[in-house]
Amino acid sequence: MPVSRRTSVVLGAVALALTLGACGGGDDQSGAAADGGNTVSVRGCNPQNPFVPANTNEVCGGDVLDQIFSFLVSYNPETGAPENEIAADISSEDNLVWTITLEEGWTFHDGSPVTASSFVDAWNWAAFGGNATLNSYFFEPIQGYAEVQGELDTEGNYIDGSGPETMSGLEVVDERTFTVTLTQAESQFPMRLGYTSFAPLPQSFFDDPEAFGQHPIGTGPFQFDSWEPNIDIRISAYEDYNGEVKPSIDGAIYRIYENDDAAYNDLQADQLDIMPLLPTSALAGDTYKIDLGDRFVERTTGVLDTITFAPESKDPALADPDLRHAISMAINRDEIVDKIFSGARTPATGWVSPVVPGFQEGACGTFCQYDPVAAKALFDEAGGYDDTLTLAYNSDSDHKAWVDAACNYISTALEVPCVGQGEVDLATFRDKITNREMTGMFRTGWQMDYPAQENFLVPIFATGASANDGDYENPEFDTAVSEAATLDGDAAIAKYREAEAMLAERMPAIPLWHRVSIGGYSTHVENVNITVFQTVDLVSVRTTNG
Amino acid sequence: MGRYVVQRLGQMVPVVIGTTFLIYALVWALPGDPFAGKCGDRPCPENYVQRMTAAYNLDDPLPVQYVKYMGSLLTGDFGQTFTGASVADELLSRYPTTLKLTLLAIAVEVVVGIAAGVLAGIRRGGFLDNLVLVSTLVLVSVPVFVTGLLAQATFGVRLGWFPVTFDGTFFSLVLPAVVLGSLSLAFVARLTRANLVENLRADYVRTAIAKGLPRQRVVGVHTLRNSLIPVVTFVGADLGGLLGGAVVVEGIFNIPGVGDMIFRGINAHEGGTVTAAVTVLVLVFLIVNLLVDLLYAVLDPRIRHA
Repeated sequence: MPVSRRTSVVLGAVALALTLGACGGGDDQSGAAADGGNTVSVRGCNPQNPFVPANTNEVCGGDVLDQIFSFLVSYNPETGAPENEIAADISSEDNLVWTITLEEGWTFHDGSPVTASSFVDAWNWAAFGGNATLNSYFFEPIQGYAEVQGELDTEGNYIDGSGPETMSGLEVVDERTFTVTLTQAESQFPMRLGYTSFAPLPQSFFDDPEAFGQHPIGTGPFQFDSWEPNIDIRISAYEDYNGEVKPSIDGAIYRIYENDDAAYNDLQADQLDIMPLLPTSALAGDTYKIDLGDRFVERTTGVLDTITFAPESKDPALADPDLRHAISMAINRDEIVDKIFSGARTPATGWVSPVVPGFQEGACGTFCQYDPVAAKALFDEAGGYDDTLTLAYNSDSDHKAWVDAACNYISTALEVPCVGQGEVDLATFRDKITNREMTGMFRTGWQMDYPAQENFLVPIFATGASANDGDYENPEFDTAVSEAATLDGDAAIAKYREAEAMLAERMPAIPLWHRVSIGGYSTHVENVNITVFQTVDLVSVRTTNG
Repeated sequence: MGRYVVQRLGQMVPVVIGTTFLIYALVWALPGDPFAGKCGDRPCPENYVQRMTAAYNLDDPLPVQYVKYMGSLLTGDFGQTFTGASVADELLSRYPTTLKLTLLAIAVEVVVGIAAGVLAGIRRGGFLDNLVLVSTLVLVSVPVFVTGLLAQATFGVRLGWFPVTFDGTFFSLVLPAVVLGSLSLAFVARLTRANLVENLRADYVRTAIAKGLPRQRVVGVHTLRNSLIPVVTFVGADLGGLLGGAVVVEGIFNIPGVGDMIFRGINAHEGGTVTAAVTVLVLVFLIVNLLVDLLYAVLDPRIRHA
């Protein structure tokens, strides 16, 4: 999933000095205290889509859905490895046909049982062309996906009956078993089953999807209570939750903030309990450590920032791999992470995130290490660059500072002018990239959908992949990743690593850094954990007074 | 009088059509495909883009789009936001909050502003006069976001007298309203003072004093009433400004109001949402100004609307 989704941090004003231990002058109705003691308030934001898993691709709605739903697998909070949740068993002989058996005892919040059809019907609905869902591409590997897309008329409307409504690759075997046939072998297929889009849906959804979107019914540790737009979203612990660990809190309130700094001020005044991502203004100069003491948590997350080179067909001037290597080696990642991000990033040495099982250190080799002298030598050897280097970014998010710093390193080390080029907003910026109008270099970001090596490689660097913004084409890489998909366990990991290392040669994108979430919490709560998806683990949170 | 009102109402029609068209055209004319940024750093599925493009008539030429949009607006259909929520519901949930905030701010500005202006005006050159002049000068010269953040940090976070952000209660609107009204408060105080000082020198005041009326009545009824005409004009125009311009204060105090809705609508390239919100603002602005013009006649009997 793309970067902007979970991380659009709005820059704001000055961070403020230490709060006195005061509790809002006796008017404390927003914190935990007034709500029965054992509920917590979490910083929320306005969902951009109705609460339907297949149509939620951003953090505001996604955070809440992830608390309401349980999935076939869940990810180990420490290692990121998938563990069976609703699934009792996920197995395959050939990595092509997968048999999924469900555990007994799972129910939806409305009491209806979770069956094989709950999954099959939900996935079919999400993939069906007539429903035009935002996340339909997640079902692409399943056989029959192409057929259910159907045809569109000249106005862009789906033509009824132009294709089947169900994917041929999904088959219900019995009440608690179903099979999934993929178009090609994929050993890491189970890893993706913990993503929001793969949630099971109850019958009531199909009866009235719109009503469901306003009041979702899931299977998870929390059930949905109410949603008052622009004010808050309330959830409470589900009594019959079938998971192993039950939440210790009675419920949670997602208080909706449009402004990070407003939320941070509430956090300081103990009127908000948990803020999973502190604003940049609080991170600057480690202000948050003064404001919050030790009430903060850090967590490396699956978000990688990169610089991508415009496709060779569009801008051949930077096609020479030596030039690309020189630019990469000219950037002092450690300094930028330290000075500009105040530790909210960690320098990258490859294209796969450290939160992923099978991560390898140093896939990029010396090309991602700061060495201005070697960079200059390489640069001159490759014939230099006559024009001004440009590094484009979207200026509606805080990218300017690091872009300028990176450009400054590049022009100092390589003695070539480099300028940051701000596009007015993400829409304009992405539009230009998608239409291949961008030249020079531009920033790209990748937020993983699920913790798998595959997710950091195939969607971005495979020939013709949806997020392959630099039109990288390498038949060897393509072969390696599709071979890796047929292998199991360590063999697959090794093959993916091999594929990752191939990227260093022509360097379609320069790895910069991985994002680190720094969250804060109030004095009302303890044991706060942030997941690799930058959300709060509400199951483990405890209140100090309950 | 009646004819005047009808005439004014008639003038509103072209104004409303003109402003809404301009805003509608400008928002959709923003560079970039509105759906290109919807899926973050990767392109959205083709089906989705086409469905949304069709839903908002974006394939049609602009005038056709506008006519279709206004057509549904006139039948009471305000359309949907990109998130699928009804724009009408959104307006209904946000306008009361902004209206409360604005009216409270106006109340602060009128009550405190006029009182300060009168106190300063009747003792011209005295201590109070100087105090009012200096303090309003400070308010005018400090931008509202500084006042807002400072007030929030001091009275909310540090002293804990007020809620830091909006929590749905009326009480939590008090601090934002004071901040929002502070700039206009300074203008009102200065306007009142200047007019009062000038009118106190007028012949009819000398006559009133000569007739032996108590000073209280001379200032409070005869002079103040005349001095308030420019103030009323200002406050009337200000109401519209505050309604739309509360965006900064709404941002600082996390108030889900109209300014915030317009701001986010523009960011998301949601032409329909922005136009609907602004249309209501334009209507409020026009009606308030009509009321202000009618109020002149009440304040000063010499003014008559034919």
